[in-house]
This record gives sequence, C-alpha cells and structure tokens, in this order.
Amino acid sequence: MILSFSFVLALACLAMVAGPLLPVFFGLFVPYAAFLVFLVGFVWRLINWGRTPVPFRVPTVGGQQKSLDFIKPSSLDAPYSHWAALARVLLEAFAFRSLLRNSGAELSVDGRLLYRTLPGLWFFALLFHYSLLLVFLRHFRIFLENPPALTGALENLDAFLEVGRPRFYLSAASLALALFFLLLRRVLNGRLRYISLPGDYSPLFLLIGIVVSGLFLRYCAQSDYVQTKAFVAGIFSLRPQNPAGLHPAFFLHLFFVSILLASFPFSKLMHMGGIFFSPARNLPNNSRAAHHENPWKGPLEFRGYADYENEFRAVMREAGLPLEIDPDQTSEAKE
Amino acid sequence: MPLPPDAGQLLQDLDYSVPRVSWMESKAVFNTGFFCWPAREDTMRALKIPAAHSWNVTDEDWHLPENWEKIIHKALCVYLEKFRSLKIFMDVCVRCGACADKCHFYLGGGDPKNMPVLRAELLRSVYRQDFTLAGKLLGKAAGGRKLDKEVVKEWFYYFYQCTECRRCALYCPYGIDTAEITLIVRALLLELGLGTQWIMEPVLNCKRTGNHLGIQPHAFKEIVEMLCDDIEDLTGVHICPPINEKGHEILFIAPSGDIFAEPGIFTFMGYLLLFHEIGLDYTLSTYASEGGNFGSFVSPSLMREINAKMYAEAGRLGVKWILGGECGHMWRVIHQFMETMNGPAPAGMITPRSPVTGTVFTHAANTKVVHIAEFSADLIRHKKLNLDPARNDHLVMTFHDSCNVTRGMGLIEEPRYVLKAVCNNFIEMPENTIRERTFCCGSGAGLNADEIMELRMRGGLPRGNALRYVQEEHGVNAMACVCALDRAALPALADYWAPGVSITGLHELVGNALVLRGEKKRDRDLRGEDLPTSAADADSASCPDLDPKDAGQGEERHV
Ligand code: SF4
Ligand code: SF4
Repeated sequence: MILSFSFVLALACLAMVAGPLLPVFFGLFVPYAAFLVFLVGFVWRLINWGRTPVPFRVPTVGGQQKSLDFIKPSSLDAPYSHWAALARVLLEAFAFRSLLRNSGAELSVDGRLLYRTLPGLWFFALLFHYSLLLVFLRHFRIFLENPPALTGALENLDAFLEVGRPRFYLSAASLALALFFLLLRRVLNGRLRYISLPGDYSPLFLLIGIVVSGLFLRYCAQSDYVQTKAFVAGIFSLRPQNPAGLHPAFFLHLFFVSILLASFPFSKLMHMGGIFFSPARNLPNNSRAAHHENPWKGPLEFRGYADYENEFRAVMREAGLPLEIDPDQTSEAKE
Repeated sequence: MPLPPDAGQLLQDLDYSVPRVSWMESKAVFNTGFFCWPAREDTMRALKIPAAHSWNVTDEDWHLPENWEKIIHKALCVYLEKFRSLKIFMDVCVRCGACADKCHFYLGGGDPKNMPVLRAELLRSVYRQDFTLAGKLLGKAAGGRKLDKEVVKEWFYYFYQCTECRRCALYCPYGIDTAEITLIVRALLLELGLGTQWIMEPVLNCKRTGNHLGIQPHAFKEIVEMLCDDIEDLTGVHICPPINEKGHEILFIAPSGDIFAEPGIFTFMGYLLLFHEIGLDYTLSTYASEGGNFGSFVSPSLMREINAKMYAEAGRLGVKWILGGECGHMWRVIHQFMETMNGPAPAGMITPRSPVTGTVFTHAANTKVVHIAEFSADLIRHKKLNLDPARNDHLVMTFHDSCNVTRGMGLIEEPRYVLKAVCNNFIEMPENTIRERTFCCGSGAGLNADEIMELRMRGGLPRGNALRYVQEEHGVNAMACVCALDRAALPALADYWAPGVSITGLHELVGNALVLRGEKKRDRDLRGEDLPTSAADADSASCPDLDPKDAGQGEERHV
C-alpha cells in the first residue's frame, strides 16, 4: 500500500509541477499515447483470450439442473441454453449477482459457524461502477463541442437535488463514497490487507486523485472552464489546441486518467473484459445434452478390453465370466 | 500441532488472524497430518510419468530433475495456450476477497494460504513474473514472484489442500474456479515427478483392473455374489446380477467403493434390489467396474484415459445406454467432460429411456448416461415402486449435497425427491451449507488418505458444524449422500464432529423401504440391524402399482 501510495503521490507531483512547464507533452502527447496504448492493449487482450480454446464446458452450476419435467430447473444458475448462459453473464456483468450472494463466516463463542449475508461489497462495488459510468457519460458535455441532448438530461437527473453552485452532482458524491469504502475495506480488514498487492491499491489511489482534482476543477477553478472545455473538445475532435496556461489541477486530472488508461490492459482492470470470457459463467450447463468440441483433443490411448481379457482370461474363465476369446471354444473349433 | 481429540478444543484454538510476514516471503511449513505420502517411484514409472523418482516430503532436497524450471515453464505455457479458463483466472482476479472465507480448509484451519484467492496467487504470482509484461518489467511491484524450489514445495503443500469443490467459484464475481487451477498445478507437479501415492496408485489400479481398488474380475464377481447372499438372507429374495454379459439394455456403472467397504456396500445392495424389483435389463462390468476417476484430480489426460473404458465397454457389450451410480467426481467427469473427451458415444447407443415409465431422458441425449437418482425419482413419480418409508422411521435424516454433483451438475432436487419418498423424517441443514452452497466433506479430490486425518477433520469443520446443529436441534441421527467418497469420509467426520450420526447412501434407504414381491418378513435393514417393530409389522408384500407383465421378470431372467 505504501508503495503504491508513494508511487501515485510522485505521479501527482510530477503532473502538477511538470505539467504546466511542458504543457504540450503532458496535455497532448501523454493522453494520446495513453489512449492508443489502452485501445491496442485492450483489444489485443480480448483477442488473445478469445483465441485460446475452451476445451471443456465447465460452468459453475449454482442451482437445479434441467432433468425431469416435474423438477423445476434454475434457468439462470444452471443455464440450459446459450441464451440463458448469456443472461447469466450479463446479469453478472451488470448486476454483480455472485457478489450479492456473499456471506461472511464467523465462529461464535459457543463454537458455531454463523453465516451473515454481507451485501456491502456488492452495494459499494455497484455504486462505484455505476457512478463512474455516469460521471464518464456526463463528461461528454466537455468532450464534445455540441453535446447531445442526452448528456443534458443526464446532468439534470444527476443534479436533481438542485443545490450548490455550480450544481451538485449526486454521482460525484457516490463515486467518492464508494471509492472511500473500497479503500477503507482493503486497509482495515486484516484478511484483505494480507491478500492485497500494490496493483490493488494504485487504481484506487489514482481514481481518488482523479475525483479530487475533478471536484477541485469544478468548484474551485471554475474560471478556467471555458478554456479547459475548448482544449478537451479539441483533443476529442483531433484538432488539438495549445494547452499552455491550463490549471495544474487539470494536468493532474488528465495525467491520472492517462496513467489509468495506459495501465488498463496490463492490470487487474482487465476484469472488465474478462468477466464476459469466463468459462465458469458463460457456458450452458447442458453438456450431457449437447456436444462440446475440444479443438485440441488428440488421439486417445487407453487399455482396451482385449488387453484386459488377455491378462485375466484364466481367472475370468474359472469364475464363469463370459469371454471374447474362450480357449475351450477355440480349441474345440480347431479340432 | 496434532489433531485435538476433542472437537471443542479445536474450535477454541482456531485462529483466523493473519501473520505479520507477507505471504510471498513465507515458506510452506510441512505439518504432519497435512500432507499425503509421495507417490512411489515404481507407481509413477508404471504410469509413464516423466521424471518419476523417489523423494520425501519432509526432506530438504526433493531431487527435482535438473532442468525443472524449464519443465514447469514449458508445461505452464502449454496449459495457458490450451485452457482459456486458466488464462482468464490468472488475469482477472481483483482480490476482492469474496472467496476468502468460503473454503472449508480456511475455515477449519485458519491458514491464510488456504483462502482460495491466495491459493491461486501461489501460481498467479509466478505467472505474472514470467508471462505478463508488467511482471517482466516490474517484478515484485507488479505482484510477481520468482519460481524457486520453495515455491514448488508450497504448491505441493497447498494444492493438495484443495478438494476441488468449487465453492469459491460460486461466490467469485468472475467465477474463478480454484478447482481448475488446482488440477493444472497438480498436473505441473506431475511433470516434475511429484504426486501422492493415495491418488496415483488407484489411477494405476484403474488402468490395469478397471477399478481403483485393484479388484480383479473374479474377485469382483465373488463380492457381488456375497452381497447377493446377504440380500437373500435379509429379504428372502434371490438375485443374480449379470456381469460382462452382452445383449442387455443398460450398463450399470457404480463407483468401486460401493462394492468394497461399508457403508458403500449397503448402497450397492440397494441398487441391486431396485433393479431386481423393476426387472431392469442390465449388466455390470468388471472391465468398467469403476465410476470414479482419480485421474480427474491430477491430470486431464489421465482423466480421459480412465474414463474411456465406459464408452468402450458400452460399445463392446452392445448396451443402449449407461446408468450411473452414486458418486460425486464420477458425475462431474460424466456430466462436464466425458462426451467431449471420449465421445461420441458408441453407435448403438440411444437417448436413454426408462424401460419402466417410458420417460425419455432428453437432458442426457448426448452422453447417454443417466444418474440413478434421476432414474429413481422418475420411477417414484410414476408410482412404480411400492415403498414403505416407515421402515426408515428410526432415522431422522439430513442430506449432504456432494460438491461435484451439485456445483458440477446441478443434481439437487432429484435425491431429495427420492429421500422424501423413502423416509418420513427429513431435516435440512442450515441454508448456507446445503444445495449450491454446500460444503465439502473435506476429503475429496484424493484427500481421503489416513495420513492427513487432521487436515480432513479441519476441512470437515463447516459440514460437521452444520450436522452438529441439526443433531442438537432436531435429533438428526443419520445423513444421506450420493457420493462414494462421502460414504468413505463422512463416518470419520461424523464421529469427530457429531458423534452418533450414521452415514448412508441414498439407495441404501431405497433398498430398505422397497417392498419386494415375494420378500419374506423384513425385520432387519440392509445393515442387518433390527427394523423399527411397527414398520416390520405393517409390512405388506403387495405391489398393486406394477404392471403385472413386468412382475417376476428379473428372477426369471437370472435363474
Ligand atoms: S472472489 Fe474472485 S476476484 Fe475476488 S479475490 Fe476471490 S478469486 Fe479474486
Ligand atoms: S475449490 Fe474448494 S477446497 Fe479448493 S480452494 Fe475452492 S473452496 Fe477451497
């Protein structure tokens, strides 16, 4: 944790100090390069996964199979068709169903294992991902010179509380809250701290940096809005403008986003794509009904019956077991 | 520390706190009672395992082949290229910790490396170091770890403390399936000549004699005859099941544990009684006398080899379909792997159809193998069995869902349907410990060796705890299961965690409740123990539901 915190802190200083000094590098080169790395890396990873064969149909079955007509099957957790499996994956990707099942095991003083449902992780994970999505979509107001009406509607929805000036966005608060929970959970829960790697903390720190700098830009550096917006829209329309004079906090914001994007294909953030590829979730539980092909299945070698009978013929004969090659009959036949 | 004789003591001493040293820095400490004896050199040689050699778990030097790093690297590369599952599971874990306290070995022992996420990290750290860009550039900062001999030892220790039960996979948001990872790491270890005798010997036996226990054909026949003698003694009904005979409709394959030892044999007697009563046209086989598949615990290729006998024998004997007995991993293999590995089924086989009820088992149209719980539930549904559940009235039952048939297949309600028809007293264990959330017996995937009794009892804690609960609250005194490994492992678990609870197979109970045509007064159950008197009195030998044309068929054919 210390490692990734110092790393992210160093990045922050770098962006704030060097950004305004080398505006073109940090404002244009880095974001474009990062986006390119992200795009190429992400697609490459997906292709790489997609090209790796799935030799067996191994879904984790989470409910009653389809078998007899008087027993009700669980169509989502033991999907029988590809469509049902698809529904399972989509619900997994968009509603985090497996996390909803989460429970914590605890040993009571009288030696009983008790299981408590723990919807916290599910809730905050969902809150985080959807807030992030909303915030991202809202940003199209800045990305595009003529934002579509939809972004305006989203904004109004997001700011329906109509408090603050500029208007306060709910998604920003929920994003911050969720990030805070996810970080706190990782730091305070001993078990989780023990399994965490630097790569688990850095995205959290980066995101926190992004949110904080974003909030700062919105509420404390509003005067820069017009120039910033023009610059960002320039990036997106591939007509880059001179980034000199932009606020240091903006350089930080942009730099962190770039780092996050560039590291995406090489980090655990790839779970975003991986969730759709997991054979444990995206395959139907019907391998007894429908054939599944293993593309690399080689020739089969095993001990055939003939070999077996050759070894045991004498004892089998004595025990009166039927034989393929019965020495009695063959000798009779010869005579 | 040795296993405390008192389960209460074990519970009190349980410590889930995490150590100060990072898991990457700490080596595996080999505690007696937590590791199996290594596979013997001759066994491994006979199985043509490369780098077979003799070694000792507690020795400093495991005599790994000289280029062991290369071997692992190459093999891992191959598995990554062949299994999308492995690649995904290596890449997408976010260490959210949802799986951490889902593993029975972690819950029963508190060793953090038994959290599924860390178990997988033992491999993942090496993968990151050697196979990812970030790891190659940043090493440890990217979560990488150099593969050294200590890591190999750690793999051996912890990947043989996983029963491939897939409970963790159920809770993981990406379905990261430690069973898949464990299977592959065990296969990697085999490449270095490292395995356990408890698994490799049965594999070798199975290749040679057709079953794990090494029972030769004549002995197999003798055992079946002995069980039939017992049946005749208890019920007055004479049965003589066909063995290796061609021209029957169905090949019945059970796990060999069911003909070998108590309490499995009682389940086997139950199968035979049922088949006799409905006049099933079937045969047993000595060549395919094993439903289970110890190969599936350690290597995809050994799994395939052992399993191949089923279709081969079905084809040779000319049967129409296969009926499978009660076993966990046998059914994971049949359901999820068999037809892919060894299919298509022999040409003469057809979509299974119950000869008694006419039900067509379309869900098995491809593999052509039906589970006996499915088969029996269908019989009961169509009222084809004359059952007297009162004969099981001395039992207050609960049901243990075996991991493999549950999370590997979805066989959840069928056994319950049968159970409720043959027993009057049935109590479920707490909901977080049954059905798809079921806890392993702690002895699966080749971990039912005697030398790891402590590991097994600890791994059995969550199941034992739930069992103890229904024992105390509801007076449960027997637990049914549909798995041969369970039948071998659970009696010890019950003795430790919930003394006084006996373990039965599902079809043992069926056999007890089944009213046979021409049976004598049943005053003892299949174990030879006295039946509750009221039930014995109330016995009737009539069988109004059966089609008269079926009646007596079984006997006629076999005399
Ligand atoms: S639940 Fe899945 S993603 Fe979360 S830590 Fe466990 S394996 Fe990793
Ligand atoms: S498969 Fe079962 S035994 Fe293995 S890590 Fe997962 S929960 Fe534990």
